[in-house]
Amino acid sequence: IVCLIDYMLESNKESLKLEAMKRVVGLIAKGKNASELFPAVVKNVASKNIEVLKKLVYVYLVRYAEEQQDLALLSISTFQRALKDPNQLIRASALRVLSSIRVPIIVPIMMLAIKEAASDMSPYVRKTSAHAIQKLYSLDQDQKDLLIEVIEKLLKDKSTLVAGSVVMAFEEVCPDRIDLIHKNYRKLCNLLVDVEEWGQVVIISMLTRYARTQFTSPWKEDGVFDEHSERAFYESDEEKTRNEPEAKPYMMDPDHRLLLRNTKPLLQSRNTAVVMSVAQLYWHLAPKNEVSIVTKSLVRLLRSHREVQYIVLQNIASMSIQRKGMFEPYMKSFYVRSTDATHIKSLKLEILTSLANEANISTVLREFQTYVKSQDKEFAAGTIQAIGRCATNISEVTDTCLNGLVLLLSNRDETVVAESVVVIRKLLQTQPTQHSDIIKHMAKLFDNITVPMARASILWLMGEYCERVPKIAPDVLRKMAKSFTSEEDIVKLQTVNLAAKLYLTNSKQTKLLTQYILNLGKYDQNYDIRDRTRFIRQLIVPNDKNGALSKYAHRILLAPKPAPLLESAYKDRDRYQLGTLSHTINTKASGYLELSDWPAVAPDQSVRNVEVIEPVKIHHFIFPSTAHPTPSGSDAESRVENSSQSSEESDESSSQSEKSSSESESDSEKKKRKTKTPLQKKTVKPTAKDGPYLSKCYQPTFCSSDLFIFSLILSVCPPVYSALSPLSLSFPLQVSGPAFVPEKSHDLLHRMTGKGLSAQYQFPRQPCLYQPTMVSVQISLTNTSDHPLEQIHIGDRSPTGLNIHCFNTVECLEPEASVTVFMGIDFNDSTQAANFQLCTKEDHFSVSIQPAVGDLFLPITMTELDFRKEQGKLLGMNESSATITMAAENMTSQPISRPVATVANLGVVPSGQDDIHRCVFAGKTASSGAVVLVTVELRESSTALITINTEKSVMGSMLLRDLKQALAQA
Amino acid sequence: MIHSLFLVNSSGDIFLEKHWKSVVSRSVCDYFFEAQERASEPENVPPVIPTPHHYLISVLRHRIYFVAVIQSEVPPLFVIEFLHRVVDTFQDYFGVCTEAAIKDNVVVVYELLEEMLDNGFPLATESNILKELIKPPTILRTVVNTITGSTNVGEQLPTGQLSVVPWRRTGVKYTNNEAYFDVVEEIDAIIDKSGSTITAEIQGVIDACVKLTGMPDLTLSFMNPRLLDDVSFHPCVRFKRWEAERILSFIPPDGNFRLLSYHVSSQNLHPLRSASLVAIPVYVKHNITFREGSSQGRFELTLGPKQTMGKGVEAVLVSSQLPRGVLNTNLNPTQGTYTFDPVTKLLSWDVGKINPQKLPSLKGSMSLQAGASKPDENPTINIQFKIQQSALSGLKVNRLDMYGEKYKPFKGIKYMTKAGKFQVRT
Repeated sequence: IVCLIDYMLESNKESLKLEAMKRVVGLIAKGKNASELFPAVVKNVASKNIEVLKKLVYVYLVRYAEEQQDLALLSISTFQRALKDPNQLIRASALRVLSSIRVPIIVPIMMLAIKEAASDMSPYVRKTSAHAIQKLYSLDQDQKDLLIEVIEKLLKDKSTLVAGSVVMAFEEVCPDRIDLIHKNYRKLCNLLVDVEEWGQVVIISMLTRYARTQFTSPWKEDGVFDEHSERAFYESDEEKTRNEPEAKPYMMDPDHRLLLRNTKPLLQSRNTAVVMSVAQLYWHLAPKNEVSIVTKSLVRLLRSHREVQYIVLQNIASMSIQRKGMFEPYMKSFYVRSTDATHIKSLKLEILTSLANEANISTVLREFQTYVKSQDKEFAAGTIQAIGRCATNISEVTDTCLNGLVLLLSNRDETVVAESVVVIRKLLQTQPTQHSDIIKHMAKLFDNITVPMARASILWLMGEYCERVPKIAPDVLRKMAKSFTSEEDIVKLQTVNLAAKLYLTNSKQTKLLTQYILNLGKYDQNYDIRDRTRFIRQLIVPNDKNGALSKYAHRILLAPKPAPLLESAYKDRDRYQLGTLSHTINTKASGYLELSDWPAVAPDQSVRNVEVIEPVKIHHFIFPSTAHPTPSGSDAESRVENSSQSSEESDESSSQSEKSSSESESDSEKKKRKTKTPLQKKTVKPTAKDGPYLSKCYQPTFCSSDLFIFSLILSVCPPVYSALSPLSLSFPLQVSGPAFVPEKSHDLLHRMTGKGLSAQYQFPRQPCLYQPTMVSVQISLTNTSDHPLEQIHIGDRSPTGLNIHCFNTVECLEPEASVTVFMGIDFNDSTQAANFQLCTKEDHFSVSIQPAVGDLFLPITMTELDFRKEQGKLLGMNESSATITMAAENMTSQPISRPVATVANLGVVPSGQDDIHRCVFAGKTASSGAVVLVTVELRESSTALITINTEKSVMGSMLLRDLKQALAQA
Repeated sequence: MIHSLFLVNSSGDIFLEKHWKSVVSRSVCDYFFEAQERASEPENVPPVIPTPHHYLISVLRHRIYFVAVIQSEVPPLFVIEFLHRVVDTFQDYFGVCTEAAIKDNVVVVYELLEEMLDNGFPLATESNILKELIKPPTILRTVVNTITGSTNVGEQLPTGQLSVVPWRRTGVKYTNNEAYFDVVEEIDAIIDKSGSTITAEIQGVIDACVKLTGMPDLTLSFMNPRLLDDVSFHPCVRFKRWEAERILSFIPPDGNFRLLSYHVSSQNLHPLRSASLVAIPVYVKHNITFREGSSQGRFELTLGPKQTMGKGVEAVLVSSQLPRGVLNTNLNPTQGTYTFDPVTKLLSWDVGKINPQKLPSLKGSMSLQAGASKPDENPTINIQFKIQQSALSGLKVNRLDMYGEKYKPFKGIKYMTKAGKFQVRT
């Protein structure tokens, strides 16, 4: 088969290749080894034709890369190239696959890719980078410090898409760096409702741990009224000593309250894991009187699948031991059905036992009576134990229970009888004074009981209380002597015990019997029994050598023994955080993070204040806008009613303690929200409308009509910006992402002149990473010759002063292969060509890059008001303008932003006026940072006025020329 | 989080494996098989099994075990919930979730699993998004695929993941715009020997099938929302609106989804009476006796309608696990058919519709193992039934409105009551 698939993969037909890949995936799924196909498969990584084929190849690659590291490296360049793709989904999937390839050599490449993706403009790519962090960390732990930096950056992200993933990365890489959370705490609380459900679980469990380190215990005040009186007693003692110096009543930190309030709606989630995590948060963090709000939701989960029931019941079992009151009203939900699985049954039994109290014990016992008769004998045995526990816990019913259990002794089923005997034994031990009649009864039943454990228990009882049944005990011993050899080991041991005890109390009657049994035991096949016999003989039968010990034999064998405690298996489970794996398996799972105790004194609260407003970073949108001071705040508003209200409340509650600067922030926030409300009322359904537009704007390849509508939306809500403008003024010019990246690439080196090496360049219009004054240039090198080209690098350059950041030398370029590299060139704000030499090992080729004037700009974010101000400074000779006749279709179908953005790398300034005929753009020159302002006003009869304000008047006039050309033509 | 996934069939063969991080040898499943052997019933395999280096969390559905391998601390419900979502997705895609269906569609399964988890963390679990990424197989598409050699992966890149309403795919278009809502209530009850109710509860769901063009914004209001005691929502429902006005306001996903599940508080139904007085739609008269020493037992069962609000009780199915001592049965149903499996001792009687004039009954004798003692417990009887066109709690939808789109949709509401876990102890 493998040969066939190999053959199919080598073929040129795409359909055949696809069929082959399907079979390969089939092999992987079955767990068969398909690693020998690696070379054939990897060739298809760069397949351009079908998206499907690529996906299947990725599946294969990720599965086998670890085994075939060298070959896997061949595919890396493809992903590196895809990381620069204008489509965010392609960038994201490239990063996903790249980071899944577990090859240590590419760690630096991964690191670089993650860093870049973390500041990508698409939140989806940033989310992917958060996932990649964990992958890289598991591959190379040395990268921890660098990764923490990325995490810190991503934690600041305000997109709901990113929040869950980055917190997951945080938990994996640096769960102890609680300090990174402070500043983001309130934001996370407020975003929580809108985060996707899986992220919610992770964030909630992280916040639970966080809260336990940052807030003081809310349990102190009401601890006194805790139903668990013993515990409360100690607690209140501690608390007194702790509180006395402070002498201050407990006040819940507003942030603590914020967390509780914002998680509560999630109890209504359809995701059981979310509900459980909120329940555990309340259990561990909420004041005692509030915990019970989770009860209803937990009981609801019991309707879910068997496995869900199992976990939820376990947690309820732990909770119900400490706080019966929480679940008592729902006791009937824990009644056992005959169709339940055995482990579910025993958990329900456990809970019912915990919930039983004086008031409801009769109902519980009646229910138990039904269970005892169950066909599932394991469960029936469990019920008997449960009855035993009820009997010890509630003294009123001890006798009733005991009588009931005695009745069960005549049950037909052995397991039931055995279990009853064992439980009765335990009960009798707790109150040994009475009940000799029960012992007698058991002695009578002894002959019919065959289960070893039960027989052993009866024998032990006889021995222990032989003084209370002086007539029966020796008789039982006599019977045992007869059947000794055919008994089980455990019964033999107890027989020896009984014999010894009787010998000590009633040696007259039993001396001979005892010696007979000891003799039998001496030659038993089991060495335990032989040992025991030898020991007992030395102990009780006085002889010369060891008379010293036999004096104490009575005290050794018949010492009063403490009664066994009948308690729940879930008694101490709550040392583990509820809802965790460790809680379920009752041992510490690897990677379990301990929940710390409440601090005695709360750490500084002000660490959570966000003093400085984040600079307005608009990576999120492809074109700049100041529409949202919190860029992805728009995400958070997806459910406008929900989140905006709650965050407003929280702002109010927390702002009291904040410093004035942050107060102004929350004020402005409020203003923004308030001014926005009427707007929402105007449109029919803001949520429905906002959604698709925003999402479309994320895409780099948006269609221009969306842009138009978006600017329309922006222009409708002027009050927002005027409220914000004082803030934005105080910031330096902020570079934003490009509005449009032209696909057009230019020839740098033709393959004929380059002896096989061909090179093309294009301007990606991104801010240059190497130096801010440079313009970044993307060069793709292709080897069209039939031999590999080595050491491709940049040689001499002219003019000599030209500041170039060269790309790293490409060591080897195989035939037909191509590679994309980036370089930065400081054009010094002129369109003069940059000339340099492109060298291979053998040759030098002189090449030149000629930028269009539009590529020398970088878009900046600016408000309308700023724009006016800047424009006011750049009048007179700094202004150039022209009137043009627009092409017809430019007037009607398209807004003018598209052609302008194509020509020049400028950002759209949201217009504050209702005037849709005016579009303004802002940018700065790359090298000197001079402001460039462009205004396009549409006039009647398809004319338009273009005005350009810049101090670089030469560039201004060149730009004017280009714009005229672009707008005039179709 | 989730390291690997193994699919195990009922005979204990691993028929599919998928790894999201480095490969875990399938020998890890030996611990699972051990537990499986120890369990008397397939359902009794513990959902969480610790092994020396890993933890196995499994769910059992459609007689397939989905075994997830975990390496470190993670909320077990997180994994369990995810595995159930995987099963739901398979069911959604292939109609059934059987070993054969999974094996036939192994490529689609792999693609789905690849998209649903990234590095073990859930990525896309909304069916709307997944369907945009990977088209579900249909007969027509399978034929086309075999001819043209393409697969089910969508050619377009999905945008759903990026939108603010991630549960709804974009660009939905229908010629007939329809929205159907099914209010389905289930009654869980335990009835004791004497016919009195030990516990009875009503749980309901509203399942929706919405096929509307564009981005409709719907509101659904009830005549008597106070009936709903505890609710859980699909993520699309705006919680604040519900809190304030008791109105369900949402932008629906496209296609089938569960809008709401709720619990009806029994106190609300009968403010003055106790919880045991939820209307019980059927009653059972039974007489099952075994006599000591005799190898025969008597079996008599009669069903009748009780409080059915004038609606007929349909699709009645009675099943009971008879004691191990029963060798065979000789019974006569007045209607329907009955079967008895001598190996599993499961008796099931397909009654059909209950006719109030002529009550269905099942009478006859059971033959017991000779010499065996009489069983301690009488069998429990499980009953399933359906009542069309009524919700037992009396919940009524008041109106459904649509905003945000211009057209007039066709709207429909259906009510139904079913038996949930309805047991009669005898």
